[in-house]
Amino acid sequence: MATVQFKVFRGDKSGGALQDYPVEAQEGMVVLDAIHQIQATQAPDLACRWNCKAGKCGSCGAEVNGKPKLMCMTRLDELDTSQPVTVRPMRTFPVIRDLATDVSWNYEVNKRITPFSPAPNTDWRMQQEDVDRVQEFRKCIECFLCQNVCHVLREHDEKTGFIGPRFLVRVASLEMHPLDTANRLPMLKDAGGIGYCNITKCCTEVCPEHIHITDNAIIPLKERVVDEYYDPVLSFFRRLFGTKKRPVSDAGGQAADD
Amino acid sequence: MESYQTYDYDVLVVGAGGSGLRAAIAAMEKGAKVGVVSKSLLGKAHTVMAEGGVAAALRNVRSEDSWQVHFRDTLKGGGMLNNWKMVQNYTQEAPDRVLELEQWGAVFDRTPDGRINQRNFGGHTYPRLAHVGDRTGLEMIRTLQDHAVKLGLNVHMETTLYRLLTNGGAVTGAVGFHRNTGQFLVFRAKAVILATGGLGKLYQITSNSWECTGDGFALASLVGAELIDMEFIQFHPTGMIWPTGVMGILVTEGVRGEGGVLKNAEGKRFMFDNVPDRYKGEFAETEEEADRWLNGDRNARRPPELLTRDVVARAIRKEVNEGRGSPHGGAFLDIASRRSPEYIKKKLPSMYHQFMQLANLDITKEPMEVGPTCHYMMGGVRVDPDTQRTNIPGLYAAGEVAAGLHGANRLGGNSLSDLLVFGRRAGLSAAEYAASQSGTAKVDEAQVNALIDEALEPFTSAGENPFALMQELRTGMQKNAGIMRVEEELATELELLKALKPRIWKAGAPGGREYNPGWHTALDLRLMVEVAEAVVLAARARKESRGGHARLDFPDPDPTFAKLNHIIRRKDGALSVAAEPLPEMPADLKAIAEAKLVTAQGGS
Repeated sequence: MATVQFKVFRGDKSGGALQDYPVEAQEGMVVLDAIHQIQATQAPDLACRWNCKAGKCGSCGAEVNGKPKLMCMTRLDELDTSQPVTVRPMRTFPVIRDLATDVSWNYEVNKRITPFSPAPNTDWRMQQEDVDRVQEFRKCIECFLCQNVCHVLREHDEKTGFIGPRFLVRVASLEMHPLDTANRLPMLKDAGGIGYCNITKCCTEVCPEHIHITDNAIIPLKERVVDEYYDPVLSFFRRLFGTKKRPVSDAGGQAADD
Repeated sequence: MESYQTYDYDVLVVGAGGSGLRAAIAAMEKGAKVGVVSKSLLGKAHTVMAEGGVAAALRNVRSEDSWQVHFRDTLKGGGMLNNWKMVQNYTQEAPDRVLELEQWGAVFDRTPDGRINQRNFGGHTYPRLAHVGDRTGLEMIRTLQDHAVKLGLNVHMETTLYRLLTNGGAVTGAVGFHRNTGQFLVFRAKAVILATGGLGKLYQITSNSWECTGDGFALASLVGAELIDMEFIQFHPTGMIWPTGVMGILVTEGVRGEGGVLKNAEGKRFMFDNVPDRYKGEFAETEEEADRWLNGDRNARRPPELLTRDVVARAIRKEVNEGRGSPHGGAFLDIASRRSPEYIKKKLPSMYHQFMQLANLDITKEPMEVGPTCHYMMGGVRVDPDTQRTNIPGLYAAGEVAAGLHGANRLGGNSLSDLLVFGRRAGLSAAEYAASQSGTAKVDEAQVNALIDEALEPFTSAGENPFALMQELRTGMQKNAGIMRVEEELATELELLKALKPRIWKAGAPGGREYNPGWHTALDLRLMVEVAEAVVLAARARKESRGGHARLDFPDPDPTFAKLNHIIRRKDGALSVAAEPLPEMPADLKAIAEAKLVTAQGGS
């Protein structure tokens, strides 16, 4: 088959540039195969993070022709190969080398989220319809492509006051778990910075797991924060009767189908 | 002299997949200071690729199930070569381990009465696999990851171990390097748990990720630990075979569990003609009966597509060899004509996307093309069935790298619960052992420095390209020690490996120390070639066909070998193989293992 020209970023935290590599295309080839071919035959030190090559581990996120993608799930025949294919690392995170970026910030953010907190002596019965939404969020493979495209993180580098879509999804999966008892709304409002999100849905568009990040996770969480902190009527009743966690029936928010 | 950073732990866990994380949790709960080393980022380990489910006799769907039936199924599937005590521990504890995951936040698919749902799988008499669609491994690893982080997990991500360190005959630590920086790390640990997974990357066609280079088998063997059952490698019957770039990627057995059927090029369901004698009478004999089973008739027997993986893989191979294969050399797996598009998308969502994206194929409309792919290592480090202790003091092993539970062939779904049951046991016993050791673990600096120098050799060597050597190793193993084996080819492979080894040790890696895949591959190869040799030696010694080990020159099971395990030992650097009798099973368990299945499924 034909030769496809690739332009791959080579460099490290001090800088770098695109380098040209010809790749012998094969039927059904994905971008990760091309990178591996370059590695095996032309540049054995070309750094690239990957694991499963089946879209299940979320390791090989990169920007292919400027679009955030999992390299293992991006076929060459869906790209315009008459032009060179460019592959760059995710821009929101510092480059380690070549296509590998330092995503450790995400692991630090994750530690700040109150983990699953069931009540003692829980009866572990849950109906499927009550966990469908939580299961949608738990499909997340932590590729961090949503973090990569989020304007708050990418353009404004707001990595201290905002946890990003990935972790809003994680909070949603916990808050909407029928048997969880913790309250993460104060964190969402303050350290989580949910107010920064202006629901442009860029995260949803790039999610390889097709999670409705904005509609199903972020907007319902925003509504809860508003109800909790900014609704004068509810606020009055809460002062009278105290606060408690919302009932399960309210968990879904505005539903989008899957 | 190369500088390195030193870390002190009570327990060092090597690997952050299911068994490593479960071991770390158990050891942390015991109060041990635990460090985990992971070649990848946390949460990316190969466990994430497990699809179909985690087997445990929860009895949520069929109350007739029990640990005894699971015990019987596991032994039967394993060609009776399993370590009976491990199977007993495993089947008895698996339900608790799964329920525990739920209490740590896992959200399994539900039954109508709100409990954990269970699905059918090959070799399991009853629906037994707790699952989340077809992404059960992801659910499990995320749950273990979150729970471990909650307990204060200390993890060295993207760190590869080069060798274990010994002192006075005991394992006391390890030396490795951080992949991102190329800097060396020395771990001093009172106990080390190997949880390094499998060796699929020894083969050209595999469902395994890059990490599965068999590190743990070699690390253990190089310090004198015994390996057992190394001839038993599972070739999963249903890997993708087209397009070529995706060859080997797994197609979950859940497709067949949900009703999918296998057909040859003539449109015939060939599995009806491939029921081995030991399973005669337990499977449907007509398509009509199999269809009744699918529709919930409890008096109908299971379709033969749900035979064990070794049987199905070989049946597909036979169809291809006899000219009835699919266009790209496999068989057709059809769920489209069996279930509604909505059902398929709900129960097998990642299979739907995988084929849509990688092969332009809609599995709700067309059959898939599938063929065998190297999937799982039954053999591995020999361990005590209760403590996961190896024959080397301070060294433990759990999960795929450990051997004994699965015998000659593993049942689908038994791996995920293996990780939980024996990960926990390894963590507990390693923590206990560490607590009995006073002071800090001691390592020999001279040993450390020599190993570091050795690991840096590729940078100054003008030797061959490690990727080309890797290709050569994998092609040879695929051809000569793959799904069907024969004496001449095994002998050839042994010679090939012997010639390859010095070339591997001379491989060169241009470039710098930071995140250099060429260097990483050069070092991986040094371990892989040791593991490959162990596999070939054991495969030559077993002159019969059983489970995952199939010999063209000895096509049938042999009663002599039915009572033997092969042990691989290292003496003065060289590997040797010896046969040892299986541990004797007590009479009461033997009765359970050999029980005929009668009432439960109505048939004879």
